[in-house]
Amino acid sequence: MKILVAVKRVIDYNVQIRVKEDGSGVITDNVKMSTNPPDDNAMEEAVKIKELGKASEVVAVSVGDEKAQETVRKALAVGADRGILVKADGIIEPLAVSKILQKIVEKEKPDLVFMGKQAIDDDCNQTGQMLAALLNWPQATFASKIEVKDKSLEVTREIDEGLETLEVNVPAIVTCDLRLNEPRYASLPNIMKAKKKPIEQINASDLGVDTKPRIEQIKVEEPPKRKAGIKVASVEELVQKLKNEAKVI
Amino acid sequence: MSRETMEYDVVIVGGGPSGLTTAIKLKQLNQNLNVCVLEKASEIGAHILSGNVFETRALDELFPNWKELNTPIKTKVTKEKFLFLGKTKSLSWPTWLLPSVQQNHKNYIISLANLCRWLAEQAEILGVEIFPGFPASEILYNNDGSVKGVATQDMGIDKEGNKKDGFEPGIELLGKVTVFAEGCRGHLGKELIKKFELDKGKDPQQYGIGFKEIWEISEQKHEEGLVMHTAGWPLDNNTYGGSFMYHAENKQVFLGYVIGLDYKNPHLSPFDEFQRFKTHPAIKKIIEGGKRISYGARALIEGGYQSLPKMYMPGALLIGCDAGTLNMPKIKGSHTAMKSGIIAAESIHEHFNSKSELSIFEKKFKASWLYEELYKARNVKPSFSWGLILGIIFTGIDQILFRGKLPFTLKHKHADHETLKPANEMPKIDYPKPDNIITFDKTSSVYLTGTNHVDNQPVHLKLKDKNLPISYTLEKFDEPAQRYCPAGVYEVQKENDLYKFVINSQNCIHCKTCDIKEPSQNITWVTPEGGGGPKYGNM
Repeated sequence: MKILVAVKRVIDYNVQIRVKEDGSGVITDNVKMSTNPPDDNAMEEAVKIKELGKASEVVAVSVGDEKAQETVRKALAVGADRGILVKADGIIEPLAVSKILQKIVEKEKPDLVFMGKQAIDDDCNQTGQMLAALLNWPQATFASKIEVKDKSLEVTREIDEGLETLEVNVPAIVTCDLRLNEPRYASLPNIMKAKKKPIEQINASDLGVDTKPRIEQIKVEEPPKRKAGIKVASVEELVQKLKNEAKVI
Repeated sequence: MSRETMEYDVVIVGGGPSGLTTAIKLKQLNQNLNVCVLEKASEIGAHILSGNVFETRALDELFPNWKELNTPIKTKVTKEKFLFLGKTKSLSWPTWLLPSVQQNHKNYIISLANLCRWLAEQAEILGVEIFPGFPASEILYNNDGSVKGVATQDMGIDKEGNKKDGFEPGIELLGKVTVFAEGCRGHLGKELIKKFELDKGKDPQQYGIGFKEIWEISEQKHEEGLVMHTAGWPLDNNTYGGSFMYHAENKQVFLGYVIGLDYKNPHLSPFDEFQRFKTHPAIKKIIEGGKRISYGARALIEGGYQSLPKMYMPGALLIGCDAGTLNMPKIKGSHTAMKSGIIAAESIHEHFNSKSELSIFEKKFKASWLYEELYKARNVKPSFSWGLILGIIFTGIDQILFRGKLPFTLKHKHADHETLKPANEMPKIDYPKPDNIITFDKTSSVYLTGTNHVDNQPVHLKLKDKNLPISYTLEKFDEPAQRYCPAGVYEVQKENDLYKFVINSQNCIHCKTCDIKEPSQNITWVTPEGGGGPKYGNM
């Protein structure tokens, strides 16, 4: 079994995001970038499955500019066998990413495609679902546990009512939740080995995918500053304020 | 348990200006050398914090054609100001009356973090292996006592010291020569200085704590290329310190404050002095209406020539501010750190080629402009122990009339942890509350640093005696860690009438001040899990 794992380069989750003055986006110059955290879980799960002897190859793929190569390299350092970088500049919307991944799937013919449930930069939560639709494959989203059966997967998802368990036939798309596992550290020797693993570079345009945005982004703004809290003297005053000022009761 | 080993010709600890320069110079001298650089930050530059007005002398030597390369050195200094601040007034000092070492017209306003990122790119092009996120946590020695290399930190250890699921053991990196370039108060450098008695016969090292904020200000108030320094208020005559304000590109100003860690009053809070400084009319009018976008703090070296330890030992070199090459009157350490890296690389190259001893470093160092610079600068800092006014008068005579050639050397008498007076003998200082416009509290400041440490890991600020903070330091000095820490790591909390010393180590921005200033030297800073700490952008 072959697993394709999609990884995205995003602003590191610890970084304080700053909006560009003209509202055209957020500042990324000299900002620490990392792999989208749930993509790390997707990669970890794929590597674990391979270590259990249930997968033969793990391939990491990323869509982005030249620097997204670092993200692929990191995936190689934690256990992917080889990498693919699909080069595309600017904002690449989920639909374009899924179309690119569709082409990669047609070329690589994996049995499973793993990725994070959503990316922490645009929070779209769409790519996995769209890819499933394009390929007409079954999908299991928000996976918090994956068990590999003979020709299927048993996937546990955390939902509002509790845990839901699905069985999907292979080939399938799985989007991964942070609860799925604890991603491993990349060790120094593995980082060294990763430098020697191959990364195939493909231009998005050569795949025949139109990456032009379909969505017009009008403005990016910082959230309004939270007002300082106040202390109230009595329960009556609190109730009165909740009723008349906050209008929540 | 045996760890994996990796062998290199040269292992460099620390990806700052001195370490990266060493790596680049080594590869320029001999393309075939295997060189690696270990860096504790998640990426190169993320733990770098500096003013920075940059003198290009060492860079000119390293890359004579740097102006043709796409460096982040863009803003030439165009105008200089020096102000003496009173509480509300300010007196402008003519710059022609400043010692030449404090004149900056040939220099550039830069972000040192960005310069380090650029240096790292150049190093990688030359084939240097750079490993960010891997702190060197332990020195390895050969049987004959010489340095063999370093080991990286184990990853995935929980608070109690047990291995977590993802445990990844450290690696031993063995170098024919190991270069320690950790920056001011490196924790391995500290061990080497002690073990090899590198500071024997030297004055105690002197330190300062430096703060920096980046502000975006309105176009009308911004003067790209303007460099301004101040002395005086809010510090009293007996406390060494001053401010800087550099107008960089993109309407940003780099605003900062440096305070000598030899201050005496345990009630003093360097962070709050910096915040208060910004309320001075001469400063406030510039940043008012602007926005603070970054914050950080880092200890720096002030001891200079008298305190500079021996920089070579069997199997290793100690360079940059890990030894202490900052030039205090110039308020610059980047070009000197880089120069020490160049000398280190040349010494190692000779050591490999002609089997000369590493002590060749000393000879080369003494023949260099770096030594001459530090020698001439040596009497400035100690003269300020007589107070600001006498210090300035002496510095004028020493630097302008005699150009640093007076036939004597003033001594640094005390280490910084010895200077605090008991709390009950010193005046309490009442700092104004932050207004959240010009002045801020520590919590919202640390938030801007992007600091994070993986939780459930051992506390990396070790107490030798865990009762001492409450049983002694609180009573005698009102536990100054609450105030000298720029990140609010240390707190004294009262619970059921009992005092408790709390260490919020996840807030630590790796400045090392506690390791320096704790009056009983009870706090030891060690490396946390790799990648932890601040994530500075263009600091």
